[in-house]
Amino acid sequence: MAIAVLLIVLVIGTLAFHFVAPSAGWTFTELASNWSQIDTTIDITFWVTGFVFVAINLFMAYAIIKYRASKGGKATYDPENKKLEWWLTVLTSIGVAAMLTPGLFVWGDFVTVPDDAMEIEANGQQWHWTYRLPGNDGQFGDVKAELITSQNPFGMDPEDPLGRDDVLVLNPSVHLPVNVPVKVNLRSKDVLHNFTVTQFRVKMDLVPGMETYLWFTPTVTGSYEVLCEELCGIAHHTMRGEVVIDEQADFDAWLAEQPTFEETLNPILGNAQVGAAQYAVCTACHGQQGEGIKALNAPKISGQEPWYLRRQLKNYKAGRRGVHEDDIYGQQMAPMASTLIDDAAIENVIAHIQTFPDNPAPATVQGDVVRGERIYAVCSYCHGSEAQGIQAINAPRMAGMTDWYLASQLQNFRSGIRGGHPQDFYGKQMGFMGRNLQTDEQINDVIAYINSL
Amino acid sequence: MAYVSIADRDHEIEHHDPETFITKYIWSQDHKVIAIQYGGLAILIGLVGMIMSSMFRLQLGFPDTFAFINPENYYQLVTIHGMIMVIYLLTALFLGGFGNYLIPLMCGSRDMVFPFMNMLSVWVYAVSVIILVVSFFVPGGATGAGWTLYPPQAISPGTPGTDWGILLMLISLAVFIVAFTMGGLNYVTTVLQARCKGMTLMRMPLSVWAIFVATILGLLAFPALLVAAIMMMLDRTLETSFFMPAILQAGEVSNYSGGSPVLFQHLFWFFGHPEVYIVALPAFGLVSDILSTHARKNIFGYRMMVWAILAIGGLSFIVWAHHMYVSGMNPYFGFFFATTTLIIAVPTAIKVYNWVLTLWQGNIHLRAPMLFAIGFIFTFTHGGLSGLFLGNVTIDLPLSDTYFVVAHFHMVMGVSPVLVVFGAIYHWYPKMTGRMYNETMAKWHFWLTFLGTYSLYLPMHYVGFLGLPRRYFSMGDTAFMPESAVTLNTSMSISALIIAATQVLFLYNIIVSLKKGEKAGPNPWKATSLEWQTPSPPKHGNWGHSLPEVHRWAYDYSVPGQEEDYIPQTVPATDVPVGRDHGVDH
Repeated sequence: MAIAVLLIVLVIGTLAFHFVAPSAGWTFTELASNWSQIDTTIDITFWVTGFVFVAINLFMAYAIIKYRASKGGKATYDPENKKLEWWLTVLTSIGVAAMLTPGLFVWGDFVTVPDDAMEIEANGQQWHWTYRLPGNDGQFGDVKAELITSQNPFGMDPEDPLGRDDVLVLNPSVHLPVNVPVKVNLRSKDVLHNFTVTQFRVKMDLVPGMETYLWFTPTVTGSYEVLCEELCGIAHHTMRGEVVIDEQADFDAWLAEQPTFEETLNPILGNAQVGAAQYAVCTACHGQQGEGIKALNAPKISGQEPWYLRRQLKNYKAGRRGVHEDDIYGQQMAPMASTLIDDAAIENVIAHIQTFPDNPAPATVQGDVVRGERIYAVCSYCHGSEAQGIQAINAPRMAGMTDWYLASQLQNFRSGIRGGHPQDFYGKQMGFMGRNLQTDEQINDVIAYINSL
Repeated sequence: MAYVSIADRDHEIEHHDPETFITKYIWSQDHKVIAIQYGGLAILIGLVGMIMSSMFRLQLGFPDTFAFINPENYYQLVTIHGMIMVIYLLTALFLGGFGNYLIPLMCGSRDMVFPFMNMLSVWVYAVSVIILVVSFFVPGGATGAGWTLYPPQAISPGTPGTDWGILLMLISLAVFIVAFTMGGLNYVTTVLQARCKGMTLMRMPLSVWAIFVATILGLLAFPALLVAAIMMMLDRTLETSFFMPAILQAGEVSNYSGGSPVLFQHLFWFFGHPEVYIVALPAFGLVSDILSTHARKNIFGYRMMVWAILAIGGLSFIVWAHHMYVSGMNPYFGFFFATTTLIIAVPTAIKVYNWVLTLWQGNIHLRAPMLFAIGFIFTFTHGGLSGLFLGNVTIDLPLSDTYFVVAHFHMVMGVSPVLVVFGAIYHWYPKMTGRMYNETMAKWHFWLTFLGTYSLYLPMHYVGFLGLPRRYFSMGDTAFMPESAVTLNTSMSISALIIAATQVLFLYNIIVSLKKGEKAGPNPWKATSLEWQTPSPPKHGNWGHSLPEVHRWAYDYSVPGQEEDYIPQTVPATDVPVGRDHGVDH
């Protein structure tokens, strides 16, 4: 008897939850694309399945109440009822068809890309996004996995004339014009990934070795988060990107700022001698040879990889780092970075830093190496088993670098002082991972292990 | 019936009753002992899987709180939890456990037709479990590739356990498949060849029908997994490129080229979808018999139920790519697979209607097994209906890879079959042990498990609608994710911990009742099928000197004009008229 009452309560409770959930935010995000038909299909399915759910369970509850065992009670012998069974089969089939038919029509729209759609390419790699646009000729150049290097991260074929004007977006944020249908070609360099923007409703896997696609028409301007939704390894949950939907003029302005493949073939080369003069400003804190000065809270920079120095200098300059109110030393660095007027200046000073001898920084942090080794197992996926850093994963070198600085940065990542800026995509990733180190003791242990490498 | 079944050749069978402890309980060839070995081991490893889920639910419900769960072991726990629950618990328990126990008893045979192979089956299964457990303790730990083990990720750096973990996982699966095949051939052959006199196919209890069809599905589906496992092992060890295109590994260009990751997914799901029914069909069968017995009423629409089992079994082989709508396969396949998938809803719905119509005009005794069976109808209806969202290819676009999927498959092939497992264990406990379980404790076990699981999985659908991706170690700051979603996650984790703790009641009950339970007698539920017409527990050889003879179907409950509300299958039609019988050749 109690079970019958419970079934009724559960049916009412489920309906109540369903209708209250949206007010608590537990429902679909607000649609920002053309795919309202998907939402309509879901609504139809809700009505059909909801009816069946309520009908079956209430009927069952009623049957239990009405026919619960009683003294002298006896069941009715009722092996089958062909008519009833056929009716139920036919009604069920009609319900199923009512859900399936609109679904298939919408799917037909999804697999048919409109002729006027613009094309972009989203590239997935453990654990970040890059994008490519076809440039003025409207066609993408050839790419090959075996051509991929740090200078040519897309594996573009320099021989292919179609690729020379391809626009390369070398960070996880891409812009698109509002109300223009866009076909997103999807490509992966390593494992399966999945391109999802929840507000657009559609998603598709990225499969290495082949190209997949999806299409949508963004209808609302704003910034939307791209999530990877196909398990792609240990940092899967940190593989975030951004799609910014702009008015056409803003989109054009953004597009003009992005380099073409042609341009990336001729990078600005740093001049170490010119850089020496620019480095004079840095000397006061980072030392003559970039060895770092603890008293001034300046880390060792000699021996750090150029791509990482470049990224951080640009982050400081652009206000992506050193702007958090609690980031006292970062705030000191930010105006210093701004003394490097342009990209050439940055390249020059980096070239100069590369000429410094790379002596390991002295160990100052004490911790349990054995415990640290266990913790470092997670870090090694990106930073490498020797903490040597892996550029392809955007993970800098840590071995032989300043350990007290590592400690303070890990604390900053954990508390959101660093990596909190929405445009600091790679810092945000480290923030995701760094939060796992919850105590200073764990931080010291893992640094003690890095020191031992 | 033209042939003389093996079970009828009574005089040909020599009965060597096992005498020593070792032959009786360790290297036993008695299907009942093997069933309990299979079931016990499956429940043991299932508890490990449950504890794993409690651990990663701690991380999900209370992110950044428990330092002992990091992204590495989180993915390992999630992966092995899924693998254990689907394969090593449910497949082994339903087929190796209940299949072994019930098929010979319900069909009226003395044992499985290949007892020695049956014994090998359980021990090979034990080996596969040991290999799985060992994989946690090798360098690099167990694989964290997710239970679907998709390459290239499963064998590329960046995923936990790509040194030894993945190899041991694949080897363990291969060994499991060997064990399953030895058992499965036995179950199929026994059903076809060793039924007692009068046990026509259309007189078999639905438990037997369902386990029989599920085993056929397994025998046809597992080879796809086996070859996939072997091919991936070759890719990993010899650098063949079955599933591996030219890719980067840890930023470096690898030696692979030309393989297809999607090929693996086709092989995996060609196994994986029938696997859903390998688990679900036995649950359908067992629950039918529990409902009928405790409602004191024939199962409604027996013939339709049998046809539905066969239809579902057949259709289950042409729906697999509904797991792959957004995998990058040719999108036009979506039309075909969405259609077949929604068609399978029809025979499935018929089964649900017939269970409910079995209760209608019954004389319903709400004992613990019946509560679990009713709970199953509720959760299975819920899980089946949410499947209509995911199966409809368009709706899969927003929902695929979110927690809606996790909620759906846990409702439909986690909670529902497990409720049947508990109901069936309580239902057949008196037969297996000769003693009754504690009814009060069993009912509490039901209330807490049933309400706990619903409070866990109902909200999970809604964070899925919101767009929370599955297999995320943590959400971090995600703009569209409101703070209230974290609250919901915390409440789900608390439910999960309560459910886990509740299972202590179950274990305590079935262990203590072995000694303290009331004596059950041969047929405490007054049931009609053959196993209840033997002593509890049945002796070696099941039937004493002569085999039973069957005269009616398994559902002669409450036949009009009869004193008793049940007529065992062994009662001759001359003594008591047959109520309704599909099994007689007219």
